[in-house]
Amino acid sequence: MGKLLLEVKNLKVGFDDMVVIDGLSFSVREGEVLTILGPNGAGKSVLLKALLGLVPHEGEVVWHRKPRIGYLPQGMNQLTVKDFPLSVADFFSLKNVNRDQVLDHLALVGLDRNVLASKAGHLSGGEFQRMLIAWVLVTNPEVVFFDEPITGVDVGGGQTIYSLLHSVWEKQGLTILHVTHDLGIVHAHSTHVLCLSKIGHICYGVPSEILTPEVLRGIYGTDIKFYGHQEGLNR
Amino acid sequence: MTQQLFWSLISGSFVAGVAAYLGTLMLSRKMAVVAGPLGHLALPGVAIAIIYGFSISLGAFPFVILGVVLIWLFEMRTKLPMEALTAIVFATGVATAFLFLPVDEAEAALVGNIMNVSYKEAIASITLSSMVFLIVKISYNRIMLINIYEDVAKTEGIDVKLYNFLYLLSIAIIVAFGVNLVGGLMTAALVAIPAAASRNVSRSLGQYRVLASLFGVVSAILGITVSFCSKLPAGPVVILVGATIFLVTVIFSKNS
Repeated sequence: MGKLLLEVKNLKVGFDDMVVIDGLSFSVREGEVLTILGPNGAGKSVLLKALLGLVPHEGEVVWHRKPRIGYLPQGMNQLTVKDFPLSVADFFSLKNVNRDQVLDHLALVGLDRNVLASKAGHLSGGEFQRMLIAWVLVTNPEVVFFDEPITGVDVGGGQTIYSLLHSVWEKQGLTILHVTHDLGIVHAHSTHVLCLSKIGHICYGVPSEILTPEVLRGIYGTDIKFYGHQEGLNR
Repeated sequence: MTQQLFWSLISGSFVAGVAAYLGTLMLSRKMAVVAGPLGHLALPGVAIAIIYGFSISLGAFPFVILGVVLIWLFEMRTKLPMEALTAIVFATGVATAFLFLPVDEAEAALVGNIMNVSYKEAIASITLSSMVFLIVKISYNRIMLINIYEDVAKTEGIDVKLYNFLYLLSIAIIVAFGVNLVGGLMTAALVAIPAAASRNVSRSLGQYRVLASLFGVVSAILGITVSFCSKLPAGPVVILVGATIFLVTVIFSKNS
């Protein structure tokens, strides 16, 4: 694994009187794929924001160098963009990139160049999500933050997007920090996993070693039937 | 063509065109409604200008700046929706204005005074609206990205505070001149109608911007010309021409 990129020590994030994250420490090396796992409300999105410096926090977040960062927040979806009369080409023009870079990245996510003239709001859900991935990657970020990038994409589409991210990761040596609920994806594509839960149960390590049924029960509470189909994938 | 009409047409076209261009950003941010309370807050300034006999835009400007600061503070300090703040600010502005301004002298405050625009005012409005156009043109993509998703804009290294400030400053300048064109009650329409009409028929951002500005300029030229020939007040006619254009675009709307 690469050099130490990010160190988080004793991180605490809260809003008003509610503490969302408390006493969290971990580190990320260059080239790692870190999955942040946990139930709704455990502070996954907040953690990404704290690492990006978008929300106030206590404790230390130390970047050992200043990488180019790409960020795809959970709330950035087709609804956010539908309000704007943006073609796909317009959407890319919001970033300072040339046409060749755009075409390369559309090809990378398996989109035809004809979509450039389409309205972004008129793409299908799966096409739109792929376009967003291309949009994040087009500036050649060294570190990407994806917050549930396959929300609203069907199972096949989600697998495709992650296979694609995986190949970009292999080719370009990306560091990826992402939030997902899909344990199949965690096992197939992550080098590390960090679990958060509402009761502060925190685990950190290599997915195959730490994601035991007991740990999952600890993170999500007693009801782990929801994950039953995922265990089948990993046998 | 008289010289007065010439200055009215030129300054009206510049202000309406740039207001519409700026409106394409405001509409996408659901902030077109902000231009309303700014226009209303300008009314006390307009009242002072009428009473003491100086330029309406000059009187409006300090009050619009005050309005920008207030809206900026309200937005940060409260979680109230902008529409609720609008109602509060609207009433305050209008009430304060009519406390001082005799009702029979209120016409210029209510419907604008573009037909009597002075040569100096015209030069000032052309210069400053051109400046606003440049500011908005240069920062358009960045403001648009902030509108779409502020956190993403921040991680892209965009100075969100700086661009929000430039954006509000642009709105303040355009509203101050807009008050002279269509009056304090209708400035929001100057910003919102051409942009809304353009969005009905645009397929891309480029079309959206060009058509909005064009609709703004056409509304001003037609409105002022009709006013000149018919002696109807110019401000309401400019707005109604815009509204007519909007109705036509509804028929051809591509967003159904």
